[in-house]
Amino acid sequence: MIKVLKPGIEATVQDNGRIGYYELGMPPSGAMDKFSYSVGNWLVGNQDGAASLEATYMGPALEFQEDATIALTGGELPPKVNGKSVSMWETLKVKSGDILSFDFVKNGARIYLSVAGGINVPEIMGSRSTYTLCGIGGFEGRSLKEGDTLHIGNDQQDDVKEGTKVSSEFVPQYTKQHEIRVVVGLCSYRLTEHSLQNFLKTEWTVTPEANRVGYRFKGEKVEFIPREQPFGAGSDPSNVVDLGYPVGSIQIPGGVEPIALLNDAVTGGGYVTVATITSTDLNRIAQTKTNEKVKFESVTLNQALEERNAHRSNLSKIKDSIQQQQ
Amino acid sequence: MYLATRYEYGGDEFLFVELSEEMSLEANFTAMAITKKLSEMEIEGIQDICPSNASYMVRIDPDVIKADDLIQELKRIEKSVENLDNVEIQSRLVDVPVLFEDPWTHETVMRFRERHQDPESTDIEYAARINGYDSKEDFIEAMTSSPFLVSMIGFVPGLPFCFQIVPREKAIEVPKYVRPRTFTPERCFGFGGGFSVVYPVDGAGGYQMFGISASPVFDGEQKLPDFQDSMVFPRQGDIFRYRRIDRDEYDSVRNQVENGTFEYRKKDMSFTPAEVLKDPEAFSQMALRRLYND
Repeated sequence: MIKVLKPGIEATVQDNGRIGYYELGMPPSGAMDKFSYSVGNWLVGNQDGAASLEATYMGPALEFQEDATIALTGGELPPKVNGKSVSMWETLKVKSGDILSFDFVKNGARIYLSVAGGINVPEIMGSRSTYTLCGIGGFEGRSLKEGDTLHIGNDQQDDVKEGTKVSSEFVPQYTKQHEIRVVVGLCSYRLTEHSLQNFLKTEWTVTPEANRVGYRFKGEKVEFIPREQPFGAGSDPSNVVDLGYPVGSIQIPGGVEPIALLNDAVTGGGYVTVATITSTDLNRIAQTKTNEKVKFESVTLNQALEERNAHRSNLSKIKDSIQQQQ
Repeated sequence: MYLATRYEYGGDEFLFVELSEEMSLEANFTAMAITKKLSEMEIEGIQDICPSNASYMVRIDPDVIKADDLIQELKRIEKSVENLDNVEIQSRLVDVPVLFEDPWTHETVMRFRERHQDPESTDIEYAARINGYDSKEDFIEAMTSSPFLVSMIGFVPGLPFCFQIVPREKAIEVPKYVRPRTFTPERCFGFGGGFSVVYPVDGAGGYQMFGISASPVFDGEQKLPDFQDSMVFPRQGDIFRYRRIDRDEYDSVRNQVENGTFEYRKKDMSFTPAEVLKDPEAFSQMALRRLYND
């Protein structure tokens, strides 16, 4: 069992997400940075899809009440066991009574705690991910609170040796400037050409409104092409007849402050969406934080797919290297 | 009506297909028919099919299926459903009890006046006026005398977007709030663009707020009989009749919900889009007769 001494900020149980329920209005939820989440599970020998803890900006303080194998991946929130620094991206052993805590975030925004066996919470619609808006999944459908007790599950398939590491070439480096690749489209025809170019040129600032639902950015106002609104859409030029929102799609209500919709976002609505963050770079947007800068780089679908392949090949190299260290 | 289909990539995992920029029953029925057929085909690599009002969205695993190949398939499917006479929609007629201008919604209406087009009116006064109704009563009568087609589920789990089955000249249309609200009460009956909705849970929102539904559309604990199979009650293709109720009936329905005995008044039925499109008013009246007379 793992006892929560301090909850940190928005620490939730997450896995690969709740896939296949868009038509009910159910967002996928799941780990925001799937790269770090997946690598974490491999470092503790878990089956893919085992549940981990995701914490943002400030990690929790946890007391292990049994011996466990753990790994910490994601943004740089320096971890400590019993007050002594320990490494990230490495298989660690903790003993019953050990306390895991974190220093302030240095780089990136989110950390993943993987435990051999996974966090044991009930599966809801095929997933253990927390969706707090409706109180579904995870630990009682909410973020952790002081005094909660988490149980360790049975999702371990391999024993991984203590000290197994991810080679530094594969560990992502996060700075305060981010290039995030997007595929332009959806309803981008509603923007003037000038505004679309500006959208791509602007260095956007991440506002304090940046969480699992979405990230809001400050920068320049964009202009929509004037038109007589189609029936059913609503009168603002940023309105369309309510439609589905892809995860990672970016909308600009009223032409100000774009919002990138992320894992816990609404599944549809009536705002113009102009681009979608590539699946690979969703991992990176998850590691940006308030006041950092983001530029959206337009790529073609083929470029996005090439990037996806390169990303997958990195993942399999990491997996192989973890296996070779056994 | 002419549908001009637009296929768009939503990054590397999503395809967005817009059948029409404007809302119409025909666009919705076409989207429904395409997504139903697509889901029956059980194509490998399709992870999610999300039908919406005049469009639909598909989530794919691009390692298994190429977006462009799927687009070719979708074009074939669209062609095959051109004749909507052959499409049968399995539906339920449902009575949804609504208390208009209830105290809880009214409190929220007043709280967000500065985000509204007309801070001097309430949402329902404003909407009645811009739709050319002389009184709120006439406006409520218009919303409750013809049923709505559930044209999309989304935003949050269980939120039904509902499009009224009336000829276009009688369709109600209202703007969304100038700036979206940070709060909307659970079960609030709202209207935005051409759609009415019931908000499943407390949360953000941008639709005009007219009242509150006594019955839930979302039940995370699945306690009520109507929610045994799913946390979410509405299904695309359902026909909802919003019926005006008074405070006594509201309280009585709330009691039934609280003690777990509430069940929607509903009837299964199937229909073809052609029946609706031919004469929406006649269809609406037939649906109401079916729902309330045995």
